Amino acid sequence: MKSLSSYVKSFALAELVKGLGVTGRYLFKPKFTVQYPEEKTPMSPRFRGHHALRRYENGEERCIACKLCEAVCPAQAITIEAQPREDGSRRTTRYDVDLYKCIFCGFCEEACPVDAIVETRLFEYHGEEAGDLLLNKEKLLALGDKLEAEIAADREQQASVR
Amino acid sequence: MSEIRNYTLNFGPQHPAAHGVLRLVLEMDGEVIERADPHIGLLHRGTEKLAEDKMYNQSLPYMDRLDYVSMMCNEHAYVMAIENLMDVKVPLRAQYIRVMFDEITRILNHLMWLGTHALDVGAMTMFLYAFREREDLMDCYEAVSGARMHAAYYRVGGVYRDLPDFMPKYKTSQWHNDKDIKRMNENRQGSLLDFIEDFTNRFPGYVDEYETLLTDNRIWKQRTVDIGVVSPERAHNLGFTGPMLRGSGVAWDMRKKQPYEVYADMDFDIPIGTNGDCYDRYLVRIEEMRQSNRIMKQCIAWLKTNSGEVMVDDHKVAPPKRVDMKGDMEALIHHFKLFSEGYCVPEGETYAAVEHPKGEFGIYMISDGANKPFRVKIRAPGFPHLAAMDEMARGHMLSDVVAIIGTQDIVFGEIDR
Repeated sequence: MKSLSSYVKSFALAELVKGLGVTGRYLFKPKFTVQYPEEKTPMSPRFRGHHALRRYENGEERCIACKLCEAVCPAQAITIEAQPREDGSRRTTRYDVDLYKCIFCGFCEEACPVDAIVETRLFEYHGEEAGDLLLNKEKLLALGDKLEAEIAADREQQASVR
Repeated sequence: MSEIRNYTLNFGPQHPAAHGVLRLVLEMDGEVIERADPHIGLLHRGTEKLAEDKMYNQSLPYMDRLDYVSMMCNEHAYVMAIENLMDVKVPLRAQYIRVMFDEITRILNHLMWLGTHALDVGAMTMFLYAFREREDLMDCYEAVSGARMHAAYYRVGGVYRDLPDFMPKYKTSQWHNDKDIKRMNENRQGSLLDFIEDFTNRFPGYVDEYETLLTDNRIWKQRTVDIGVVSPERAHNLGFTGPMLRGSGVAWDMRKKQPYEVYADMDFDIPIGTNGDCYDRYLVRIEEMRQSNRIMKQCIAWLKTNSGEVMVDDHKVAPPKRVDMKGDMEALIHHFKLFSEGYCVPEGETYAAVEHPKGEFGIYMISDGANKPFRVKIRAPGFPHLAAMDEMARGHMLSDVVAIIGTQDIVFGEIDR
């Protein structure tokens, strides 16, 4: 009897019809797709994207050239040169991040004692010419100025768990 | 009659079914495989050698990139090796978080395997469904670590940060109105744990769907039953681990046989196959996803009722909290020491292995007392599996090679290292 029913089932393509039932039901369910450039998937405040250098509220750059980020970077993507500034404070004369080398581990941000180097939420960047992805101090500070509100809000939100 | 010669066929490295950069040289008699010769090394990055001149913590992000579909499990073996050498006790909450994310990783890996294996064999829908669920788990990854794949979340002595108490939400756009967004954000109202709990409630239903699509499907069965049969003895001799070994009917699982972290307290079963063919290995992995789901539920229940530290309170190993570092001179000194020269690990050697989704992933580490390892050897489960390619594929048809590559769950990041 069992063999007869399995024969009938096999002949009627029962398991294939069941499978089609599953896919057929999804035809009438709301779509899962997110239309990317116009809308985006939710992003965590912990996101580690493009780097930026921050400033204090009075416009003074935060980085004090302690070179911890340079020391901890596993990919050796950060290069720093430092000199005392005219007013005697220690600042960087060069702060380069090589995005070709960077593996976005976030260790630089973890290491920074003054919250100067951060990894922002920006992930849609590109370089149009060779060298566009070799970031220097100017580019990093400019991006930091542009995104400061978002960066500060995210750090504030995460302060209790870091 | 002219002389008939075997035909040599290069399968990959650009073939989409070669799962990355596998170059497989096949000697064929017509459509039957006479010899299969896998060539490796196309994704060699020298992770083991690179680890020798980096501080212990600095190699951690590179562990993500070994088996790049089960990231946190790789990290787990690496941090366990260092913790063994330094005799660090991980806080209980961190252990539960690690176990939960190991199981999330296992589901991520098995979904990736299921989608691509089915796609290779000819079932397109599976791939789309598997990636839909992966999206939720990737969001969990991003919520805790800030990266969807290369997490760098586990640290020696615990995990980097505690679980977040809220989930990021979708925003209204021209494509989705407020009503749609409300529906899409329904499971994102609470904490990350609520989100994962919602997933664990939904997931068994999804697995049922996968099974409806594949388990009885005659095409799927024709392509997998009795393909690549490995006997339990041969599986042992070939050094198989994980689902490859369990598919042959050997009940071996590191989580049961030598429990690490809190696996000893977890209630789960290890599924085994009977015939050792591709179909049995499929069934084993499907059941493993259900078991992982069970473990995740137990972890969520514990994590919801218990709070605590997620990192050891030993600032010779783990950096102090940022608030302390900013106000306390001693904490600042610890911070600078840890991030500039790291920590020295006592002389000795150790082998730490975890039940990785693909098998036994181990790190053998020798320390000479410096702040970087003297030697790191990575035991990649995929390597012995790939080495058995010839034995498994011989005598089968060309199209079966695709099914066998799929069932081995090959990822070249770990094999080539």
